Amino acid sequence: MTTPTAPAPVAAGPSPRRSRRRSWTGWAFIGPFMAVFALVFLAPIAYSVYLSLFRDQLIGGNTFVGLENYTQALVDAQFWGALGRVSLFLAVQVPIMLFLALLVALAIDSGRLYGRDFFRVSIFLPYAVPAVVATLMWGFMYGNRFGLVGNINDAFGPTLPDPLSPDLVLASIGNIVTWEFVGYNMLIFYSALRVVPHTLYEAAQIDGAGQLRIITAIKLPAIRGALVIATIFSIIGSFQLFNEPSILRHLAPNAITTDFTPNLYTFSLAFRGQQHNYAATVAIIMGLITMAIAYAVQLRGMRKDV
Amino acid sequence: MSTSAPASTPSSPSPRPAGARKAAARLRAPGRGPRSAGLGRAPRRSVLLTLLTGLVLVYSLVPLVWLAINATKSQEDLFTSFGLWFSGDFALFANIADTLAYDGGIFVRWLLNTVLYVVLGAGGATLLAVLGGYALAKFDFPGKRAVFAVVIGAVAVPGTALAVPTFLMFSEMGLTNTPWAVIIPSLISPFGLYLMWVFAAEAIPDELIEAARIDGAGELRTFVQICAPLLAPGTVTVALFTMVATWNNYFLPLIMLKNPDWYPLTLGLDNWNAQASTAGGEAVFDLVITGSLLSIIPLIIVFLLLQRFWQSGLAAGSVKA
Repeated sequence: MTTPTAPAPVAAGPSPRRSRRRSWTGWAFIGPFMAVFALVFLAPIAYSVYLSLFRDQLIGGNTFVGLENYTQALVDAQFWGALGRVSLFLAVQVPIMLFLALLVALAIDSGRLYGRDFFRVSIFLPYAVPAVVATLMWGFMYGNRFGLVGNINDAFGPTLPDPLSPDLVLASIGNIVTWEFVGYNMLIFYSALRVVPHTLYEAAQIDGAGQLRIITAIKLPAIRGALVIATIFSIIGSFQLFNEPSILRHLAPNAITTDFTPNLYTFSLAFRGQQHNYAATVAIIMGLITMAIAYAVQLRGMRKDV
Repeated sequence: MSTSAPASTPSSPSPRPAGARKAAARLRAPGRGPRSAGLGRAPRRSVLLTLLTGLVLVYSLVPLVWLAINATKSQEDLFTSFGLWFSGDFALFANIADTLAYDGGIFVRWLLNTVLYVVLGAGGATLLAVLGGYALAKFDFPGKRAVFAVVIGAVAVPGTALAVPTFLMFSEMGLTNTPWAVIIPSLISPFGLYLMWVFAAEAIPDELIEAARIDGAGELRTFVQICAPLLAPGTVTVALFTMVATWNNYFLPLIMLKNPDWYPLTLGLDNWNAQASTAGGEAVFDLVITGSLLSIIPLIIVFLLLQRFWQSGLAAGSVKA
């Protein structure tokens, strides 16, 4: 979702100051939201910080251990392995996806396509498909029993590597995620492009600028806000990677381990291993890392504003 | 294919050099003439660019085509025929009947559960977001800045990081394994709140609220009779986003629900798929494929019918932020 992540909206939103008298009436309207928000956001965060400071032991029961869970996580090879995997995923999949989305958005916005609206709608369509269905479809297609990879291998002999093998499964997941979100990001970029005043392009053309120059000098700077937002959401999405590997596990049980991503690891710690305290700790560390990186991207994206 | 009414997109450059429309567009958007005005010609359409973009189009549609084709095959044909073409008997209707009947009609139950979660979860989320966005846009109240800071800050927390503590809390409250465990967390959409705030600020003139107050209307009546109708387009947009989020939800029900009777479609399909890889489980790939097709059709229809709301929502989200 296009949720603003840091103070941006406070600055960018409509000015709250007008000739309104300050009163508690507003709470009657925002109150219900805040009440549920407190229950499903604030309380769990507070509870998880609390959990992360304790440990359930066979002897002694639930005891306060300070930051011991955190120091344990810092030397936990499984955690670092999972973090490394999603970092690799982030470094490769996100640029490919966003670049592809940007190219399509520019192509659709250029007005040079036949059937522009058909492109726009069709490429966005996968966003409406649940991650479960997307993963099952691609997972079946990857399979060599009745999938397309199997078909191709049958026709030409066993030439294609197995997309569900341990070496390739991360790339295969990257392809699924790219398929799901290219259209969504494309639409964010396209919506931003449509608001650029077209007189700018005309002026540039009169000055002799080519299409490529117009793109790099006018269009890209104009939609930087959208680029930053899309990048931040892709980063958060990558670090939270769970649905696709979790569902694909049934089709590739040997390639996807229970500590494949930090979230899968947290999930198996909490619900298979009953290590709630340690699971909360890992989740908090992941949350802090995600927030730090998202914040850094935002700062960097806005710095070029000068 | 596009269902967006021309009136809703006055600013989109028309590639057709239809004189009257161009003039109308110029009248409506004086600041930004149509693209062709400056040099006197519309951009020439390019076959090459269309073909290149067509590759992405094919990429986007192939899996959906694969799904539709394979939903027409029996399980035997699935294993023996080429994936991207029809083969054997046209078994779509038999497959649909099997899907709906399998395991005592559990698929229908999952479908109804999903509808329940969407109506209460997404409906409630939309209501809370509309009320809250209205408050943020049109009222000055103590603690408003704190509300911003807290909501925005919490959004950056990965949703799944909340899963374990939420599960433990709900478990102590006796809510796990009930529909409430799925519905209550679905009620919060920070993005929806933000969207409604931006939307309400622009759609409702302050003078209108003042006038209603002077005429003696209470706050609730002012909102219901005067402001709510003005907020309708934004409300539809938020409803669409929350609806898709709820319909597609997988992680939340996965941790909260044990009893298959309360599963939504996503979790049910995942379960059918997993069944094949468990010892002694019956492989029902034909049902998984047909069920997948059935579960995406409602959303695709809604999406195609209401697509201009998507666009405006994404535009507001990305441009404003």
